[in-house]
Amino acid sequence: MVYSYFPGCTLKTKAKDLDAYARRSAEALGVTLEELPEWQCCGAVYPIAQDEIATRLSSVRALNSAKELGHPLLTLCSACHHVIKRVNEDMRANEDIRGKANRYLELAEPYAGETRVVHYLEMLRDGVGFAELKKKVVNPLKGRKIAAYYGCLLLRPNDVMQFDNPENPTILEDFIRAIGAEPVVSALRNECCGAYVALEDKSVPEKLAGRILDSMRDLGADSVITACPLCRYNLYTNRREGHPPVYYFTELLAEALGVKEAN
Amino acid sequence: MAVNPMELRDTVLRITGVNPRKCMKCGKCSGTCPAYDQMEYHPHQFVAMVEKGDIERLMASPSVFMCLSCFACVERCPRGVEPAKLIEGIRLAMIRQKDANHMTMNDVPALLDSEMPQQAITSALRKYAK
Repeated sequence: MVYSYFPGCTLKTKAKDLDAYARRSAEALGVTLEELPEWQCCGAVYPIAQDEIATRLSSVRALNSAKELGHPLLTLCSACHHVIKRVNEDMRANEDIRGKANRYLELAEPYAGETRVVHYLEMLRDGVGFAELKKKVVNPLKGRKIAAYYGCLLLRPNDVMQFDNPENPTILEDFIRAIGAEPVVSALRNECCGAYVALEDKSVPEKLAGRILDSMRDLGADSVITACPLCRYNLYTNRREGHPPVYYFTELLAEALGVKEAN
Repeated sequence: MAVNPMELRDTVLRITGVNPRKCMKCGKCSGTCPAYDQMEYHPHQFVAMVEKGDIERLMASPSVFMCLSCFACVERCPRGVEPAKLIEGIRLAMIRQKDANHMTMNDVPALLDSEMPQQAITSALRKYAK
Protein backbone atom coordinates (compact mmCIF):
# COMPACT_ATOMS: atom_id res chain seq x y z
CA MET A 1 0.00 0.00 0.00
CA VAL A 2 1.45 3.33 -1.06
CA TYR A 3 0.08 6.66 0.14
CA SER A 4 1.11 10.25 -0.48
CA TYR A 5 1.63 11.56 3.04
CA PHE A 6 0.73 15.07 4.17
CA PRO A 7 2.37 15.64 7.59
CA GLY A 8 1.33 19.29 8.08
CA CYS A 9 3.14 22.10 9.89
CA THR A 10 2.73 20.96 13.48
CA LEU A 11 4.10 17.48 12.80
CA LYS A 12 7.36 19.07 11.67
CA THR A 13 7.70 21.11 14.86
CA LYS A 14 5.81 20.64 18.14
CA ALA A 15 4.30 17.26 17.25
CA LYS A 16 7.37 15.49 15.84
CA ASP A 17 6.52 12.43 17.92
CA LEU A 18 3.12 12.04 16.31
CA ASP A 19 4.88 11.94 12.93
CA ALA A 20 7.90 9.78 13.85
CA TYR A 21 5.85 7.05 15.55
CA ALA A 22 3.42 7.04 12.62
CA ARG A 23 6.20 6.55 10.07
CA ARG A 24 7.89 3.77 12.04
CA SER A 25 4.59 1.99 12.64
CA ALA A 26 3.59 2.25 8.98
CA GLU A 27 6.88 0.67 7.99
CA ALA A 28 6.32 -2.18 10.45
CA LEU A 29 2.88 -2.70 8.93
CA GLY A 30 4.16 -2.78 5.36
CA VAL A 31 2.54 0.53 4.46
CA THR A 32 4.58 2.99 2.39
CA LEU A 33 4.18 6.66 3.22
CA GLU A 34 5.74 8.92 0.61
CA GLU A 35 5.85 12.48 1.89
CA LEU A 36 4.21 14.80 -0.58
CA PRO A 37 6.88 17.00 -2.18
CA GLU A 38 6.63 20.73 -1.47
CA TRP A 39 3.45 20.54 0.59
CA GLN A 40 2.18 23.73 2.20
CA CYS A 41 0.23 24.31 5.41
CA CYS A 42 -3.41 23.24 4.94
CA GLY A 43 -4.58 26.49 6.52
CA ALA A 44 -5.40 24.89 9.90
CA VAL A 45 -9.09 25.83 9.84
CA TYR A 46 -11.62 25.04 7.13
CA PRO A 47 -12.79 28.25 5.40
CA ILE A 48 -16.51 27.99 6.09
CA ALA A 49 -17.57 30.95 3.92
CA GLN A 50 -18.18 29.99 0.32
CA ASP A 51 -16.49 33.13 -1.03
CA GLU A 52 -13.14 32.22 0.56
CA ILE A 53 -11.03 30.95 -2.35
CA ALA A 54 -7.40 31.85 -1.53
CA THR A 55 -7.59 30.09 1.84
CA ARG A 56 -8.55 26.86 0.06
CA LEU A 57 -5.71 26.84 -2.46
CA SER A 58 -2.96 25.20 -0.42
CA SER A 59 -5.21 22.21 0.20
CA VAL A 60 -6.08 22.03 -3.49
CA ARG A 61 -2.37 22.02 -4.35
CA ALA A 62 -1.80 19.07 -2.00
CA LEU A 63 -4.81 17.23 -3.38
CA ASN A 64 -3.76 17.81 -6.97
CA SER A 65 -0.19 16.80 -6.29
CA ALA A 66 -1.42 13.46 -4.85
CA LYS A 67 -3.67 13.05 -7.89
CA GLU A 68 -0.70 13.52 -10.24
CA LEU A 69 1.32 10.97 -8.25
CA GLY A 70 -1.58 8.54 -8.42
CA HIS A 71 -1.87 7.80 -4.70
CA PRO A 72 -4.49 8.42 -2.04
CA LEU A 73 -3.55 11.33 0.25
CA LEU A 74 -2.89 10.24 3.81
CA THR A 75 -3.27 12.69 6.68
CA LEU A 76 -2.57 12.32 10.38
CA CYS A 77 -3.32 15.62 12.15
CA SER A 78 -7.08 15.93 12.68
CA ALA A 79 -7.13 19.54 11.51
CA CYS A 80 -5.24 18.79 8.28
CA HIS A 81 -7.58 15.89 7.63
CA HIS A 82 -10.66 18.02 8.24
CA VAL A 83 -9.53 20.93 6.07
CA ILE A 84 -8.21 18.86 3.16
CA LYS A 85 -11.16 16.49 3.10
CA ARG A 86 -13.71 19.32 3.14
CA VAL A 87 -11.88 21.34 0.50
CA ASN A 88 -11.77 18.18 -1.61
CA GLU A 89 -15.55 17.92 -1.32
CA ASP A 90 -15.88 21.60 -2.33
CA MET A 91 -13.76 20.93 -5.40
CA ARG A 92 -15.92 17.95 -6.29
CA ALA A 93 -19.35 19.39 -5.57
CA ASN A 94 -19.19 23.21 -5.61
CA GLU A 95 -18.96 24.48 -9.16
CA ASP A 96 -18.23 28.08 -8.15
CA ILE A 97 -15.32 27.16 -5.88
CA ARG A 98 -13.97 24.59 -8.34
CA GLY A 99 -14.08 27.08 -11.21
CA LYS A 100 -12.40 29.91 -9.32
CA ALA A 101 -9.70 27.71 -7.78
CA ASN A 102 -8.85 26.11 -11.11
CA ARG A 103 -8.78 29.42 -12.97
CA TYR A 104 -6.36 30.74 -10.38
CA LEU A 105 -4.08 27.69 -10.18
CA GLU A 106 -3.92 26.97 -13.95
CA LEU A 107 -3.04 23.32 -13.37
CA ALA A 108 -2.04 21.02 -16.23
CA GLU A 109 -5.46 19.41 -15.85
CA PRO A 110 -8.29 20.96 -13.78
CA TYR A 111 -8.76 19.44 -10.34
CA ALA A 112 -12.25 18.24 -9.48
CA GLY A 113 -11.94 16.31 -6.22
CA GLU A 114 -10.49 13.10 -7.69
CA THR A 115 -8.06 12.34 -4.83
CA ARG A 116 -9.13 10.03 -2.03
CA VAL A 117 -8.29 11.54 1.37
CA VAL A 118 -7.53 8.93 4.03
CA HIS A 119 -6.78 9.51 7.69
CA TYR A 120 -4.09 7.30 9.27
CA LEU A 121 -6.74 5.67 11.47
CA GLU A 122 -8.86 4.91 8.41
CA MET A 123 -5.78 3.37 6.79
CA LEU A 124 -5.38 1.14 9.87
CA ARG A 125 -9.07 0.17 9.84
CA ASP A 126 -9.77 -0.14 6.11
CA GLY A 127 -6.33 -0.69 4.57
CA VAL A 128 -4.42 -2.84 7.07
CA GLY A 129 -7.48 -3.99 9.06
CA PHE A 130 -7.61 -4.12 12.86
CA ALA A 131 -7.53 -7.95 12.83
CA GLU A 132 -4.31 -7.85 10.83
CA LEU A 133 -2.90 -5.11 13.05
CA LYS A 134 -3.60 -7.27 16.10
CA LYS A 135 -1.54 -10.09 14.56
CA LYS A 136 1.43 -7.77 14.12
CA VAL A 137 1.40 -6.55 17.72
CA VAL A 138 4.50 -7.86 19.50
CA ASN A 139 4.00 -5.99 22.74
CA PRO A 140 0.27 -5.97 23.58
CA LEU A 141 -0.61 -3.25 26.08
CA LYS A 142 -2.26 -5.74 28.44
CA GLY A 143 -4.00 -4.33 31.47
CA ARG A 144 -3.92 -0.77 30.20
CA LYS A 145 -7.19 1.18 30.34
CA ILE A 146 -7.14 3.76 27.61
CA ALA A 147 -9.68 6.47 26.89
CA ALA A 148 -10.05 7.61 23.29
CA TYR A 149 -10.50 11.32 22.73
CA TYR A 150 -11.83 12.00 19.23
CA GLY A 151 -12.44 15.73 19.42
CA CYS A 152 -14.49 17.39 16.70
CA LEU A 153 -12.63 17.61 13.45
CA LEU A 154 -12.43 13.95 12.46
CA LEU A 155 -16.15 13.41 12.98
CA ARG A 156 -18.05 16.55 12.04
CA PRO A 157 -19.77 17.36 9.79
CA ASN A 158 -20.48 13.72 9.15
CA ASP A 159 -22.02 14.23 5.71
CA VAL A 160 -18.55 15.17 4.43
CA MET A 161 -16.16 13.54 6.90
CA GLN A 162 -17.75 10.05 6.76
CA PHE A 163 -15.20 8.96 9.36
CA ASP A 164 -17.34 7.05 11.82
CA ASN A 165 -20.66 7.42 13.63
CA PRO A 166 -20.34 11.08 14.71
CA GLU A 167 -22.13 10.59 18.03
CA ASN A 168 -20.98 7.09 18.91
CA PRO A 169 -17.66 6.50 17.17
CA THR A 170 -15.77 3.23 17.69
CA ILE A 171 -12.68 3.40 15.48
CA LEU A 172 -10.33 4.45 18.30
CA GLU A 173 -11.85 1.92 20.71
CA ASP A 174 -11.33 -0.80 18.07
CA PHE A 175 -7.76 0.44 17.68
CA ILE A 176 -7.23 0.25 21.46
CA ARG A 177 -8.47 -3.35 21.47
CA ALA A 178 -6.23 -4.22 18.54
CA ILE A 179 -3.14 -3.10 20.46
CA GLY A 180 -4.18 -5.26 23.40
CA ALA A 181 -5.59 -2.68 25.80
CA GLU A 182 -9.06 -2.07 27.19
CA PRO A 183 -11.00 0.96 25.93
CA VAL A 184 -12.60 3.39 28.38
CA VAL A 185 -15.59 5.10 26.79
CA SER A 186 -16.36 8.64 27.91
CA ALA A 187 -19.48 10.43 26.73
CA LEU A 188 -17.32 13.54 26.30
CA ARG A 189 -14.92 11.91 23.84
CA ASN A 190 -16.40 13.86 20.91
CA GLU A 191 -16.92 17.19 22.68
CA CYS A 192 -14.64 20.15 21.97
CA CYS A 193 -11.37 20.68 23.91
CA GLY A 194 -11.42 24.48 23.50
CA ALA A 195 -9.52 24.59 20.19
CA TYR A 196 -7.89 27.88 19.09
CA VAL A 197 -9.89 29.85 21.66
CA ALA A 198 -6.90 28.94 23.87
CA LEU A 199 -5.30 32.07 22.39
CA GLU A 200 -8.34 34.24 23.09
CA ASP A 201 -9.44 33.06 26.52
CA LYS A 202 -7.53 30.36 28.38
CA SER A 203 -10.44 29.73 30.72
CA VAL A 204 -12.33 28.06 27.86
CA PRO A 205 -9.96 25.10 27.26
CA GLU A 206 -9.32 24.97 30.99
CA LYS A 207 -12.99 24.32 31.60
CA LEU A 208 -13.69 22.11 28.59
CA ALA A 209 -10.53 20.00 28.72
CA GLY A 210 -10.85 19.76 32.50
CA ARG A 211 -14.35 18.37 32.18
CA ILE A 212 -13.26 15.82 29.57
CA LEU A 213 -10.31 14.67 31.68
CA ASP A 214 -12.44 14.50 34.84
CA SER A 215 -14.79 12.14 33.05
CA MET A 216 -11.96 9.93 31.78
CA ARG A 217 -10.29 9.85 35.20
CA ASP A 218 -13.56 8.94 36.92
CA LEU A 219 -14.02 6.05 34.49
CA GLY A 220 -10.61 4.69 35.50
CA ALA A 221 -8.58 5.55 32.40
CA ASP A 222 -4.80 5.31 32.92
CA SER A 223 -4.13 7.23 29.70
CA VAL A 224 -5.83 9.20 26.97
CA ILE A 225 -5.09 9.06 23.24
CA THR A 226 -5.78 11.58 20.51
CA ALA A 227 -4.80 12.26 16.88
CA CYS A 228 -4.84 16.04 17.14
CA PRO A 229 -1.92 18.23 18.30
CA LEU A 230 -4.24 21.03 19.41
CA CYS A 231 -6.48 18.64 21.38
CA ARG A 232 -3.39 17.17 22.96
CA TYR A 233 -2.11 20.63 23.87
CA ASN A 234 -5.40 21.70 25.44
CA LEU A 235 -5.81 18.45 27.34
CA TYR A 236 -2.17 18.22 28.38
CA THR A 237 -1.77 21.81 29.56
CA ASN A 238 -5.03 21.70 31.54
CA ARG A 239 -4.34 18.45 33.39
CA ARG A 240 -4.92 18.55 37.09
CA GLU A 241 -3.87 16.12 39.79
CA GLY A 242 -5.24 12.66 39.15
CA HIS A 243 -5.85 13.28 35.45
CA PRO A 244 -4.46 10.62 33.11
CA PRO A 245 -1.55 11.51 30.79
CA VAL A 246 -2.36 12.29 27.14
CA TYR A 247 -0.56 10.58 24.24
CA TYR A 248 -0.74 10.57 20.49
CA PHE A 249 -2.30 7.30 19.36
CA THR A 250 0.75 6.65 17.19
CA GLU A 251 2.99 6.49 20.25
CA LEU A 252 1.00 3.58 21.69
CA LEU A 253 0.82 1.99 18.25
CA ALA A 254 4.61 2.11 17.93
CA GLU A 255 4.95 0.73 21.45
CA ALA A 256 2.64 -2.20 20.64
CA LEU A 257 4.45 -2.90 17.37
CA GLY A 258 7.81 -2.82 19.15
CA VAL A 259 9.15 0.08 17.10
CA LYS A 260 8.93 2.86 19.66
CA GLU A 261 12.68 3.25 19.87
CA ALA A 262 14.37 4.43 16.69
CA ASN A 263 16.67 1.86 15.06
CA MET B 1 -21.76 52.36 10.30
CA ALA B 2 -23.29 53.51 7.05
CA VAL B 3 -24.03 50.06 5.72
CA ASN B 4 -27.66 49.08 5.39
CA PRO B 5 -28.36 46.25 7.87
CA MET B 6 -30.39 44.33 5.31
CA GLU B 7 -27.50 44.47 2.85
CA LEU B 8 -25.24 43.14 5.58
CA ARG B 9 -27.71 40.37 6.28
CA ASP B 10 -27.88 39.42 2.61
CA THR B 11 -24.08 39.31 2.40
CA VAL B 12 -23.88 37.04 5.45
CA LEU B 13 -26.56 34.74 4.05
CA ARG B 14 -24.92 34.66 0.62
CA ILE B 15 -21.41 33.79 1.82
CA THR B 16 -22.64 31.19 4.31
CA GLY B 17 -25.47 29.64 2.31
CA VAL B 18 -27.60 29.51 5.49
CA ASN B 19 -31.38 29.88 5.47
CA PRO B 20 -32.37 31.05 9.00
CA ARG B 21 -36.05 30.58 8.17
CA LYS B 22 -35.60 26.82 8.44
CA CYS B 23 -35.06 27.27 12.20
CA MET B 24 -37.86 25.86 14.38
CA LYS B 25 -36.47 27.47 17.58
CA CYS B 26 -35.80 24.24 19.42
CA GLY B 27 -32.63 25.61 21.00
CA LYS B 28 -30.61 22.44 20.50
CA CYS B 29 -27.71 24.43 18.98
CA SER B 30 -27.30 26.50 22.13
CA GLY B 31 -27.97 23.50 24.34
CA THR B 32 -25.05 21.61 22.79
CA CYS B 33 -22.67 24.58 22.41
CA PRO B 34 -19.50 24.11 24.51
CA ALA B 35 -18.88 27.88 24.45
CA TYR B 36 -22.39 28.75 25.65
CA ASP B 37 -21.27 30.19 29.00
CA GLN B 38 -18.78 32.52 27.33
CA MET B 39 -21.29 33.96 24.88
CA GLU B 40 -23.38 37.10 25.20
CA TYR B 41 -25.47 35.98 22.21
CA HIS B 42 -25.92 32.23 21.80
CA PRO B 43 -26.15 30.21 18.59
CA HIS B 44 -29.97 30.26 18.44
CA GLN B 45 -29.89 34.03 18.95
CA PHE B 46 -27.46 34.44 16.05
CA VAL B 47 -29.99 32.66 13.84
CA ALA B 48 -32.95 34.77 15.01
CA MET B 49 -31.04 38.07 14.95
CA VAL B 50 -29.57 37.50 11.49
CA GLU B 51 -33.04 36.75 10.17
CA LYS B 52 -34.23 40.12 11.51
CA GLY B 53 -31.20 41.93 10.10
CA ASP B 54 -29.90 42.72 13.58
CA ILE B 55 -26.33 42.25 12.39
CA GLU B 56 -24.41 45.15 13.87
CA ARG B 57 -25.11 44.15 17.47
CA LEU B 58 -23.74 40.70 16.69
CA MET B 59 -20.69 42.14 14.94
CA ALA B 60 -19.94 44.28 18.01
CA SER B 61 -20.22 41.35 20.41
CA PRO B 62 -17.21 39.35 21.68
CA SER B 63 -19.40 36.27 21.16
CA VAL B 64 -18.16 36.07 17.55
CA PHE B 65 -14.68 35.21 18.85
CA MET B 66 -15.94 32.51 21.23
CA CYS B 67 -17.28 30.09 18.63
CA LEU B 68 -14.93 27.09 18.63
CA SER B 69 -15.88 25.85 15.14
CA CYS B 70 -16.46 22.47 16.75
CA PHE B 71 -19.47 21.94 14.46
CA ALA B 72 -21.58 20.46 17.27
CA CYS B 73 -24.48 22.79 16.37
CA VAL B 74 -24.00 22.04 12.68
CA GLU B 75 -24.15 18.29 13.23
CA ARG B 76 -26.95 18.30 15.79
CA CYS B 77 -29.39 20.84 14.31
CA PRO B 78 -32.50 18.82 13.43
CA ARG B 79 -33.35 21.29 10.66
CA GLY B 80 -29.94 21.63 9.04
CA VAL B 81 -29.72 25.37 9.78
CA GLU B 82 -26.03 25.12 10.73
CA PRO B 83 -25.66 28.11 13.10
CA ALA B 84 -21.83 27.97 13.20
CA LYS B 85 -21.78 29.03 9.57
CA LEU B 86 -23.73 32.17 10.44
CA ILE B 87 -21.39 32.97 13.32
CA GLU B 88 -18.48 32.65 10.87
CA GLY B 89 -20.30 34.95 8.43
CA ILE B 90 -20.80 37.62 11.10
CA ARG B 91 -17.19 37.33 12.22
CA LEU B 92 -16.01 37.74 8.64
CA ALA B 93 -18.29 40.75 8.15
CA MET B 94 -16.57 42.22 11.18
CA ILE B 95 -12.89 41.43 10.45
CA ARG B 96 -13.15 42.14 6.74
CA GLN B 97 -13.62 45.82 7.59
CA LYS B 98 -10.59 48.09 7.39
CA ASP B 99 -8.27 47.77 10.41
CA ALA B 100 -10.72 45.51 12.20
CA ASN B 101 -8.45 42.52 12.82
CA HIS B 102 -9.12 41.07 16.24
CA MET B 103 -5.62 39.57 16.52
CA THR B 104 -2.45 40.48 14.65
CA MET B 105 0.96 38.83 14.20
CA ASN B 106 2.32 41.25 16.79
CA ASP B 107 -0.03 39.88 19.42
CA VAL B 108 1.21 36.32 18.96
CA PRO B 109 4.57 36.28 20.81
CA ALA B 110 2.91 37.25 24.10
CA LEU B 111 0.44 34.39 23.72
CA LEU B 112 2.98 31.63 23.13
CA ASP B 113 4.28 29.01 25.48
CA SER B 114 6.82 26.30 24.82
CA GLU B 115 4.23 23.61 24.07
CA MET B 116 1.78 25.53 21.91
CA PRO B 117 1.37 23.85 18.51
CA GLN B 118 1.70 25.86 15.29
CA GLN B 119 -1.78 24.64 14.43
CA ALA B 120 -3.21 26.72 17.30
CA ILE B 121 -1.47 29.91 16.18
CA THR B 122 -2.43 29.50 12.52
CA SER B 123 -6.01 28.65 13.45
CA ALA B 124 -6.39 31.70 15.68
CA LEU B 125 -4.90 34.05 13.09
CA ARG B 126 -7.11 32.59 10.39
CA LYS B 127 -10.17 33.04 12.59
CA TYR B 128 -9.36 36.42 14.08
CA ALA B 129 -7.63 38.31 11.26
CA LYS B 130 -7.87 39.01 7.55
